[in-house]
Amino acid sequence: MALRMWGSSTASALKISCASKPHLYLSRCFSTVLDGLKYAESHEWVKHEGSVATIDITDHAQDHLGEVVFVELPEPGGSVSKGKGFGAVESVKATSDVNSPISGEIVEVNSKLSEAPGLINSSPYEEGWMIKVKPSSPSELESLMGSTEYTKFCEEEDASH
Amino acid sequence: MLLPQTRNIGLPMMNLMRFKGLPILQQLHIEEQLLRTSSENWCIINDGTNDPTIVMGVSGKPAELLEIESVLHDQVPVIRRFTGGGTVIVDHETIFVTFICNKEAVPDLQPYPRSIMSWSGSLYSKVFQGIGDFRLRENDYVFGNHKFGGNAQSITKNKWIHHTSFLWDFNVRNMAYLKLPKRAPAYRSARGHLDFICRLNDYMPRSTFIDKTVEAAGTQFSLRSLELEAIETCLETEFRPSTRFLTSEELEVAAAVAGQ
Repeated sequence: MALRMWGSSTASALKISCASKPHLYLSRCFSTVLDGLKYAESHEWVKHEGSVATIDITDHAQDHLGEVVFVELPEPGGSVSKGKGFGAVESVKATSDVNSPISGEIVEVNSKLSEAPGLINSSPYEEGWMIKVKPSSPSELESLMGSTEYTKFCEEEDASH
Repeated sequence: MLLPQTRNIGLPMMNLMRFKGLPILQQLHIEEQLLRTSSENWCIINDGTNDPTIVMGVSGKPAELLEIESVLHDQVPVIRRFTGGGTVIVDHETIFVTFICNKEAVPDLQPYPRSIMSWSGSLYSKVFQGIGDFRLRENDYVFGNHKFGGNAQSITKNKWIHHTSFLWDFNVRNMAYLKLPKRAPAYRSARGHLDFICRLNDYMPRSTFIDKTVEAAGTQFSLRSLELEAIETCLETEFRPSTRFLTSEELEVAAAVAGQ
């Protein structure tokens, strides 16, 4: 996500939830960070399961973007590159690039988002997923942040503003 | 005696380009390319565009937003731009102001839509200080509850753009090409175009608005005027902008699908 974390006296606190309990969401005052996922500094997450990696923006990202009204996604069969944009979301009169945390071939795109872009807001870690990728360089996942590191990253960004 | 430049020591540099009557498609192409390929900050001011043109946001659906039959009959050009937001019809009475900034250009500014608009609203508050009841209201620039400027944005990994079309004046007839949007701010209260918008002309002379905008930008950036010719050789020839005209065929298909 093309953004940095917002800091204010009432900044969102970040809590870690276990991926085994995906429905354990906290109050809307808090952004959820799921354990078991990997995170990019640009606020996308990736879940690597077998030969496929699922990618989307984080709960904190969607919260700061506001209501998503349109999602621009690539076609299956295309490729993504680590750190490069692959699509965009529109919210509050703005298009915001979404960047891929890893490189690979796009094997599936979430077609539900064309009719229900708000899934990104309501279900950022489940139904709102954007693309599934076959990683071309699995070692790229190692350079991403885990949940604890991402939480700390967000807290440090908050503190710097 | 202090030289003017010394007041700007420490401020980030911003290139200022001023046009008069530049075609809106060309303006948008320049903006999109600068956003995607330039590492510098930019302010672009275009004092009017040549022909009346409809400009939709990236996700705009012609059948929902336009009176397509009239648009086709009168051959009004329709552009889909690269930023979000709504639909406007622009002409020589529209003044365009654009800011393209690196994410570090404005201290403590988060590159989120509402944060950027809060910054721009603050900048324009300086322009309109003491003039009308100016404010940023539900993401629109208004005097009271009348909108006079439509804005939109695009945010990339390292940069953002905020561009605005200000209604210095407008042709009432042109508004008839636009339908009432399904998504509208609450303060619009279902008002038609003519009851919802107002003219900047009623509040401030044209040249004063432009001069004050440059002055306001100059309080935050060290401005350097550039001509288009100076950057044309630097613009990447391989860049392909997404902003484009919609074809008549596309509009006809949109109308047919919508059952118009």
